Amino acid sequence: MFTTAAQLLDLTDKKLLVILRDGRKLIGVLRSWDQFANLVLQDTIERVYAENEKVFASVPRGLYLVRGENVLMLGEIDLDKDDYVPEPYREESTNVVDALHRKEIKEQKDKEKSTRAKLQAFGFEGELAGEVMF
Amino acid sequence: MLFFSFFKTLVDHPVTVELKNDISIRGTLKSVDQFLNIKLDDISVVEEVKYPHLSSVKNVFIRGSVVRYVHLPGSVVDTALLEDAARREAAQASAKAKAG
Repeated sequence: MFTTAAQLLDLTDKKLLVILRDGRKLIGVLRSWDQFANLVLQDTIERVYAENEKVFASVPRGLYLVRGENVLMLGEIDLDKDDYVPEPYREESTNVVDALHRKEIKEQKDKEKSTRAKLQAFGFEGELAGEVMF
Repeated sequence: MLFFSFFKTLVDHPVTVELKNDISIRGTLKSVDQFLNIKLDDISVVEEVKYPHLSSVKNVFIRGSVVRYVHLPGSVVDTALLEDAARREAAQASAKAKAG
């Protein structure tokens, strides 16, 4: 449904950033995959950002098996720039960032909801049709 | 299939891909497949401070369904040829619809 083998072959055993449909950003080493882009990620961390507050946190998560349909984007991490996060972002404790992140997501969702309602009044279907953003 | 072929002619050219979540990623088009999934090399995010998570990433594979626009370099697109091809494909499709 999603990919051809050749496209993931050269990413095997590389450190990847995987962005999921629900907005999660996972960083881990790609160990295995199949034609549906089901992925096995080793030593995964989840990186959480609060864009408005310019803070981020890294949460150790371990081994992941990601179902392919949830994958929106894969990026190979440049090991020379490993873990580089641009200014003015700074690392904060997980609890703090998580709370801020949740707040931002909620605000964004509310905004989308009202946009969609307004569009619907004119007969338009929202672009993502209720799908969560990433 | 027309746009698949069309995108194949753009391989190795610089493009900007705008996603449905408003992120714009500039990079060299490395490959495209039948779903219009896109592979970009040497990427940079246009608004880095707003979208910090791709800063240490060098190449990406983007699922076709999340792409909103692809900004193309005008110089590499033969619009007359593309127009011709699009008309031909439309004619074929309507002929098929009539026959079927």
